[in-house]
Amino acid sequence: MSLTTEGVAAPSGHRPARLTARWLVAGVVTAVVAALAGLAIGPVPINPLGGAAELLNLIPGVDIHSGLTPQETAIVTRLRLPRVALGLLVGAMLALAGGCYQGVFRNPLADPYLLGVAAGAGLGATVAVTADAVFSPTVLPLFAFLGALLAVALTYALGAAGGGRVRTPTTLILAGVAVAAFLTAIQTYLQQRDVDAIREVYSWLLGRLAPSGWHEAQLLLPYAIVAGGVMLAHRRQLDVLSLGDDEAASLGVQPRRVRYLVVVAASLGTAAAVAVSGLIGFVGIIVPHTVRLLAGTTYRVILPLSALFGGAFLTLADLAARTVLSPSEIPLGVVTAFLGAPFFILVLRTATRVGL
Amino acid sequence: MRRTPRLLTATLVALTLALAGCGSTPSATPTPTGSPADTFPVTVGGLTLSERPDRIVVLSPSLTETVFAVDAGPQVVAVDGLSNYPSNVPKTDLSTFKPNAEAIAKHQPDLVLLSNDIDNVVAQLRTLNIPTMLLPYTKTLDEAYQQINDIGKLTGHTAAAQALAERMRSDIDKLIAEVPRRDRNLTYYYELDATSFFSVTSNTFVGSLFTKAALVNIADPAGKDGNDFPQLSAEYIIKANPDLIFLANSKCCGQSWDTVSKRPGWGEISAVRNRQVIALDDDIASRWGPRIVDLLRAITKAAAEAPVG
Repeated sequence: MSLTTEGVAAPSGHRPARLTARWLVAGVVTAVVAALAGLAIGPVPINPLGGAAELLNLIPGVDIHSGLTPQETAIVTRLRLPRVALGLLVGAMLALAGGCYQGVFRNPLADPYLLGVAAGAGLGATVAVTADAVFSPTVLPLFAFLGALLAVALTYALGAAGGGRVRTPTTLILAGVAVAAFLTAIQTYLQQRDVDAIREVYSWLLGRLAPSGWHEAQLLLPYAIVAGGVMLAHRRQLDVLSLGDDEAASLGVQPRRVRYLVVVAASLGTAAAVAVSGLIGFVGIIVPHTVRLLAGTTYRVILPLSALFGGAFLTLADLAARTVLSPSEIPLGVVTAFLGAPFFILVLRTATRVGL
Repeated sequence: MRRTPRLLTATLVALTLALAGCGSTPSATPTPTGSPADTFPVTVGGLTLSERPDRIVVLSPSLTETVFAVDAGPQVVAVDGLSNYPSNVPKTDLSTFKPNAEAIAKHQPDLVLLSNDIDNVVAQLRTLNIPTMLLPYTKTLDEAYQQINDIGKLTGHTAAAQALAERMRSDIDKLIAEVPRRDRNLTYYYELDATSFFSVTSNTFVGSLFTKAALVNIADPAGKDGNDFPQLSAEYIIKANPDLIFLANSKCCGQSWDTVSKRPGWGEISAVRNRQVIALDDDIASRWGPRIVDLLRAITKAAAEAPVG
């Protein structure tokens, strides 16, 4: 493939600066294949052709005889389909946000949870579960979402106050570390107080795609559209930003404004994703880096492809999570790291240099 | 099978009434041998079953014990991997704490009973039109009896469930009445795990049983902030000097008088000195099914036999 990386990987080197049609098609095809696999495979063996017929039957006016029992139909259309859709959305959102954070902070270790989103959402979820004796699936996403936004706002406020005059990316990151540590401490304290709630919180903390119908996907979709749109719209500015603030300013880009907008969008998208899926680690780091290593180092390439491959990766990881140890499930965060880490090492060793 | 029970019940009731009305048979007791079969549909907590369920899946060890105790065992097709009592339960790999709705649906259940709604499993099962009842752990004895009656009603064994709950109630009352009065109420420490001294306060279900046996919980002061499962320090436990120690970690973590007495400083505790360290059955101690009577019996026995300190 286009894996020709000899020596220095300059943005204008062997890998094109612009997104090629070939990679775009590859991304779309991968996402579609992952979605189809997610729909076809599960703990209950269901004839894939029948499943396909039932999916087509969802289109108004189509009525094909599938030969599936009503229960099998419900499993494909009402259990697997919302789950696959949620996987694509969450994966895309996390990978996109991860790529943006890495670009904004010019730090290869940046991930979507950098500014305290994970800790804030975790605290929100813990409060929701411990405050409510009977676990309420509708309250949790709201609390997690608010917690995540609160954490990022706190990080921003502290980062500004701490720096005095200038809010550099580094002070922001450090403020994020402090906020995350503080909120995690409260979260752990609350969990220790309430052993009944701990299993439910724990299951959420390790990440899972367990939607109750279309509810979660509907919650996430508007945020995904707005936040994803803003992030993708700034892909060129992120490329200019990688030249340095002065250079970017001379090219007519306002570094602080771009940074602010992109970070807000990425945080909002991450908060919404985390609210419905829990804390799924690793996707936001390995997907953008893998894209960077394979397809190209500019954000015009990284961001759109991260969204496509991120969605595909998470859908496949969830497929493994619900089938490998069936009839029980494996926490999704465990699968993403278990599959993702070796794969990422492989890519790292195959492609020689990481250019940020 | 579907229509006869109602007819049968009606006939039986009519007959009993007729007999009682005659008054000529003073020995006629109102309960016939073999309880009358239940009529469906039944509604419990918003869930309506049109027929008696014959493919029940239970995902909670406590509920499994109750279902079998009300004679609904033959209707159960699968229980979760943690259910181990009675010994003949149809155990599967189904998970209590990381459940998958599709895997549960595979057993084609006509009723699913569970105690934890983790990962939206209840909503997902309802999506598949599987009648699902969430019966969380009970916090009082009355709630436990209510849950037994609910399970009896849902499974078509109302009379057996009522009889079971009544029997438990009278057994428990009897056990409590037999607890000897002492000048000073004995104190106890209840241990949940081996190394970190997590305990329970009297606010918990298990804690309330000890209160009924006139025992005083040394963990209560630690639960002042509303934490029903406080973590105590070894220092605090030694200073509190409980008369009795109950171990809910004998099976899981191999704890006994032997191991407890070897902990540094613990040899000075009255309970250890007087060998009043009682290993409870972990399973019984953590469940709220019919065997709570056995748990209370172990507690009252220890309370009665403890030497006056």
